[in-house]
Amino acid sequence: MKKTYKIDVDCANCADKMEKAASGTPGVKECSVSFMTLKMKVEFEEGADEAAVMKQVRENCKKVEDDCEVFI
Amino acid sequence: MNKKQKKNLIRIIIAAVMTAALHFIPVTGVLQFVLYMIVYLIIGYDILIKAFKGIKNRQPLDECLLMVIATIGAIALALYEKSGDYIEAIAVMLFYQVGEWFQSYAVGKSRKNITELMDIAPDYANIEEGNGQLTKVDPDDVEVGQIIVVRPGEKVPIDGVVVSGASSLNTAALTGESVPRDVKEGDSVISGCINLNGLIKVQTTKEFGESTVTKILELIEDASSRKSSSENFISKFARVYTPAVVISALVLAFLPPVVLLLLGKDPVFGTWLYRALTFLVISCPCALVVSIPLSFFAGIGGAGKQGVLIKGSNYLEILSETKTVVMDKTGTLTKGAFEITAIHPDGIDAEGLLHLAAHVERHSTHPIAAAIRNAYANEADDCRIEDVEEIAGHGIIAKVNGKSVAVGNGKLMEKVGAKWRECHREGTTLHVAIDGEYAGHIIIEDVIKPHSKQAIRDLKRIGVKNTVMLTGDKKQIADKVAAELSLDTVYSELLPQDKVAKVEELLSSKANEKERIAFVGDGINDAPVLKRADIGIAMGAMGSDAAIEAADIVLMDDDPLKIVSAIKISKKCLAIVKENIWFAIGIKLACLVLGAFGIANMWAAIFADVGVMILAVLNAIRCMFVKGAKPEEA
Repeated sequence: MKKTYKIDVDCANCADKMEKAASGTPGVKECSVSFMTLKMKVEFEEGADEAAVMKQVRENCKKVEDDCEVFI
Repeated sequence: MNKKQKKNLIRIIIAAVMTAALHFIPVTGVLQFVLYMIVYLIIGYDILIKAFKGIKNRQPLDECLLMVIATIGAIALALYEKSGDYIEAIAVMLFYQVGEWFQSYAVGKSRKNITELMDIAPDYANIEEGNGQLTKVDPDDVEVGQIIVVRPGEKVPIDGVVVSGASSLNTAALTGESVPRDVKEGDSVISGCINLNGLIKVQTTKEFGESTVTKILELIEDASSRKSSSENFISKFARVYTPAVVISALVLAFLPPVVLLLLGKDPVFGTWLYRALTFLVISCPCALVVSIPLSFFAGIGGAGKQGVLIKGSNYLEILSETKTVVMDKTGTLTKGAFEITAIHPDGIDAEGLLHLAAHVERHSTHPIAAAIRNAYANEADDCRIEDVEEIAGHGIIAKVNGKSVAVGNGKLMEKVGAKWRECHREGTTLHVAIDGEYAGHIIIEDVIKPHSKQAIRDLKRIGVKNTVMLTGDKKQIADKVAAELSLDTVYSELLPQDKVAKVEELLSSKANEKERIAFVGDGINDAPVLKRADIGIAMGAMGSDAAIEAADIVLMDDDPLKIVSAIKISKKCLAIVKENIWFAIGIKLACLVLGAFGIANMWAAIFADVGVMILAVLNAIRCMFVKGAKPEEA
């Protein structure tokens, strides 16, 4: 299952950091963050609870870059 | 400018003015320190907060934290050495903020520009109510088969067929083509076109979600999530760059003083610490990281404006490495529609011969008949046409104004007893006999597109080594087309599956992995080949979902010059990407080296860092304005 989320972040390096943090979140199979379109594309693992996973993704992103937002 | 940018700009201006003022106010001692610290806090409070959060979240390499260490370190040194030189720390913060502000502004601006380039999304559809009034509805709510009204100046929101009215449509947003397309009742229209003059009513044939405009927008939105290897390289580089700089800073701060101490010399701790702090100032890899995706995004946007849709940054990169272009013949290099290329009459004028042939072919559905009727526009005159007899595999015989006219191949001529002759030209020959007397022949061919020859020549000029044509056509015809276009290689009489095999053969025989092979087809029955090649380019794909699906790059109209445009844009874009990578890394390394030897101070470091970013961003934006191939005047 793939889903795209809008994000907000100020710098390109931070977007890369978010991508890494989101990819490392359990339940996320693959994640790609586009700084230019401000979108996060997440592919979930089979049977993952998307809402819960995304909450964790947002938390992990906030850890690496405080000034960011993932619109779930 | 958004709110945040405005606020930061004001902060930057206030801090700059205060710093300048403080420079001239003769205060010393504690008061001087306090005043400078106020400026420092104004310009750097958010970075201080972020740095603190970085510590809390155990992100020791957070660039804000590093900036804070560098500036506070500089202030501490100034206090320790009683130099009163606090300006340096403030300047570092100030320039860092200027850089961040510029980055945010430039990226926001180009993000907006590029999205506008591709702003083809319709906002509404008009539905006619019972009383003749128009209501605006969300295009998503329009059902298939419903009738929508498109007024002049509005965008066609959904694909459909014109049921009443006539108009010209501007397809520039979709194809980059500036000549308007005329539509009338019965013609299909594609969403995203702008209606220029007449009011038309359109019966939708697709849902909004399935319409061309939605497909294209999805495709563009997705493009930047398929990352190129340059982007991946930079991400990886950024990940090791910061730790490497921080480690070198630590080494620089402690190793030389300890060595000097061991040698019994003055360790000059302060100097080495200062140099280490200079390192931290340039530890942020932002210039690099921002300019690369920006270049690709701008390149994809610029290409989109010219009717070349690129499905991902990675494809842009592969396209720039294309050394072999394999093309399908029919529909790609030739029009895929028959046209008369010669008329050789015998004892009758050319116009008259065509006139008779057109009458005989009046009711035939064969593509050749259509070509003849197209060539003779006033076919529906007052001539009497009777007793039309179609003889399969031969041709047609009919009575025109009482005369028996036979139009067909050599066999038909034998049959009616006409003395016919072969033509020296290639192509399909249509012989004509009047009352059994041979009257000449008409040559019909699948004609080469007007820009094909220039396209092949331009491909060579921009570094494509090998041009190959694949076709199912007879060798004779294929060779003639290949010779006319000066193609390098041609493979003829191929079945669709043979085309895949040929491309595979070329793929396995290439000398170097980097010498990419592109395949260009019209998307009809060559989807497997599009997928198999390093890069698949579908042409004239307006409205063909299968082609949009299978291809990596979609050319919105069927002009072969667009292939040249696509490759040109990709090459330019990749050149800019490489410039930025080397330029930014080079300047940073130079700064590090100069900083280590004490030649460059903090001022120089921050100048270089922010300057490089500004230049890299401006350079990246150039990708948006790459010119495509222009048709030469014949």
